[in-house]
Amino acid sequence: MIEAKNVNFYYHTFHALKDINMQIEDNSVTALIGPSGCGKSTFLRLFNRMNDEIDGAKLTGECLINNENIYHKSVQVDLLRKNVGMVFQKPNPFPKSILENVAYGLRVNGINNKQLIEEKVKESLTAAALWNEVKDKLHKSAFELSGGQQQRLCIARALAVSPSILLMDEPASALDPISTAKIEELIFELKQRYTIIIVTHNMQQAARVSDKTGFFMYGELVEHSETKKMFLAPDKTETQNYITGRFG
Amino acid sequence: MKHTEKEIQLLKDEVKLMWKLVISQLENAKKAMLNNDIALATKIIRNENDVNTFELKVDNLCENFIALNNPVAIDLRLALSLIKISSSLERIGDFTDGIARFITDKECETLDPDLIERLNIEKMFDTLLGMLLDGFVAFETEQTKVSEKIISKDDQVDEIYNNVFETLATHIKNNPAQTICMLKLLLLIRKLERIGDHNNNIVEEIVFFVDARVLKHSGSNNF
Repeated sequence: MIEAKNVNFYYHTFHALKDINMQIEDNSVTALIGPSGCGKSTFLRLFNRMNDEIDGAKLTGECLINNENIYHKSVQVDLLRKNVGMVFQKPNPFPKSILENVAYGLRVNGINNKQLIEEKVKESLTAAALWNEVKDKLHKSAFELSGGQQQRLCIARALAVSPSILLMDEPASALDPISTAKIEELIFELKQRYTIIIVTHNMQQAARVSDKTGFFMYGELVEHSETKKMFLAPDKTETQNYITGRFG
Repeated sequence: MKHTEKEIQLLKDEVKLMWKLVISQLENAKKAMLNNDIALATKIIRNENDVNTFELKVDNLCENFIALNNPVAIDLRLALSLIKISSSLERIGDFTDGIARFITDKECETLDPDLIERLNIEKMFDTLLGMLLDGFVAFETEQTKVSEKIISKDDQVDEIYNNVFETLATHIKNNPAQTICMLKLLLLIRKLERIGDHNNNIVEEIVFFVDARVLKHSGSNNF
């Protein structure tokens, strides 16, 4: 279970998140939607502490994973990030081979056993629906892959260190419809084993892939409910205006 | 006005035109029935084709709107409702056409005006026209407060319908030569009763569109 309790976040004096309360169940997909600058990516990044290093950033309230406050001083950030994987908008493979990209996190975590690494690489690439496409060119550069394949490689890289949570920040916004469909299909598969939070500007994508949707506006969580309900009969007028394109 | 809003307005306008035509058809059916006006009945039959054309056009507009705009929330509910509302309006058009055909039926040219009065047919027409008009206003203003009142009017229609059997049976017993005509008249009254049901369906769709509430098959508990 992931939980935000009375979360407020500031960039210097800018109040980016305002008293956010949200609970996210295990093995579910939650989509975060809202206009640019509404705070959804800031909220997403709280859960693997990617905002920590931003100058002037300040957090109040609690971010809990399995009832543990991940901002408690006893929490080791590298261990937290092993449990909470992140996939970004633009595929960002390392300038290494396909195999080494996936093995990177394992090596950083002290695993050097070749057989174990190869098994884990295969397992992660299979889970990311990429194995069949790359199994014969594992030692080729990751840059030789298409954009969609690179994004799935980044997902495989995140999965290799056995996280339980995946954060996705617009993972398909730079991809063509076929690659997007593959990523969405992958999200369906992955939710059986992982809890996924996805930020997206694509309303149809949010409607297709998520179980629940949170709508942010001006740093506030306006509405958080079942995706089916949100897209058929949202409770709030602001939500309806946004998802029907009447916002602004 | 944004492009999507223009498309929505176009959809609503088209359905409202269809609605007005169906109201006019039913008004004319009432007049033709009460005055045995064959010319007016013929006009209703001629106009029926226009009602059918409207249904096809609304269906087509809704299909395009869904396919091209990926509507959600109230816009999706509107498109889904309009498909069903236009279907109900088309059925009401069909029943009105059936009534007009009865009026032009040579076999039933000499209907006893007293019998028509005893059967309460004028009240049935008036109640149905009231439902259809109130539904139109509810749709146009997107106000559903009157939905319960409209649906309750269907009970009045049903009550009139349930009372016609005895009157017709007595009339047939006393006028056996008119049996076929009376059976046809019973079918006409059945059409009026069915118009009430379709009016109910329309109101349920308006409530779904405006309030996202599903009244269908729920009795009156959901008001």
